[in-house]
Amino acid sequence: MADATTPAPRVRSLIHGLDKLRRGQPGELRVTLGHPMENGLRHDGFGNVVPRSIVTRFECRLDGQPVFTADLYTAIAANPYLAFWLRADGPGTLSFEWTGDWGFSHRETRAIDPT
Amino acid sequence: MSTPPQLPRRRLLGAAAAGLGLALRLQPAAAVSATPTLRAVELQWANGKPVTEGRVLLDVAPLVENGNAVPISVKVDSPMTAADHVREIVVYNERNPQRDVARFTLGPVNGVAQVQTRIRLATSQQLVALARMSDGSQWSHHVDVLVTLAACVEP
Repeated sequence: MADATTPAPRVRSLIHGLDKLRRGQPGELRVTLGHPMENGLRHDGFGNVVPRSIVTRFECRLDGQPVFTADLYTAIAANPYLAFWLRADGPGTLSFEWTGDWGFSHRETRAIDPT
Repeated sequence: MSTPPQLPRRRLLGAAAAGLGLALRLQPAAAVSATPTLRAVELQWANGKPVTEGRVLLDVAPLVENGNAVPISVKVDSPMTAADHVREIVVYNERNPQRDVARFTLGPVNGVAQVQTRIRLATSQQLVALARMSDGSQWSHHVDVLVTLAACVEP
């Protein structure tokens, strides 16, 4: 059970499409993060505002170079899903990083070797 | 005894009614300044340069049953080469509590200028996707969406 005093949630993520990448051809990557994206507008049962806790930024880097970044706002649905395209010309390391409110940070790295 | 007090009272009532009318007229202006209109945020994003309707395709279902998670797709007609590619894609809404939805940065390494995500919609409204190209040209696509079950209504 996560510590209830820290509003930044513990999460896990799904990354799809890496094995479908072909060398020199654009392929679609689909990433999902399990995160409630609490928008700071809701009230709990006692009338207190639930504090905002959203993911504000997503960055995907290939060997340290940014290939896709997204600034997210409260209008993004819970469990933020992003799909984008990538053309990789050879093997490399992809890093996926989500950052957000209350010091939230989640990072995944994947080695890719498109055929 | 009856005539002298009537005149001030009538004037007082008139002044009160005028004051009320003024307050009623001022309130919407104040509300608008708190959250800018869709047109205002588009103009701010455009930064004084022209925005042309076209080349961008904002794909969203015209009738949305659940505003809590609405799939959207933004595709831009671009070869995505080093010389000609999409730099930035932005999505704004008209009637959510906040105008911003998402902002993406792309480059030639993407190969295809398409992004997808899932968003929240508070009510039936207009959405706009804006794209800025590497040559500085700016393009847009406006879409009207009907929402039957709004986000932000559950407690």
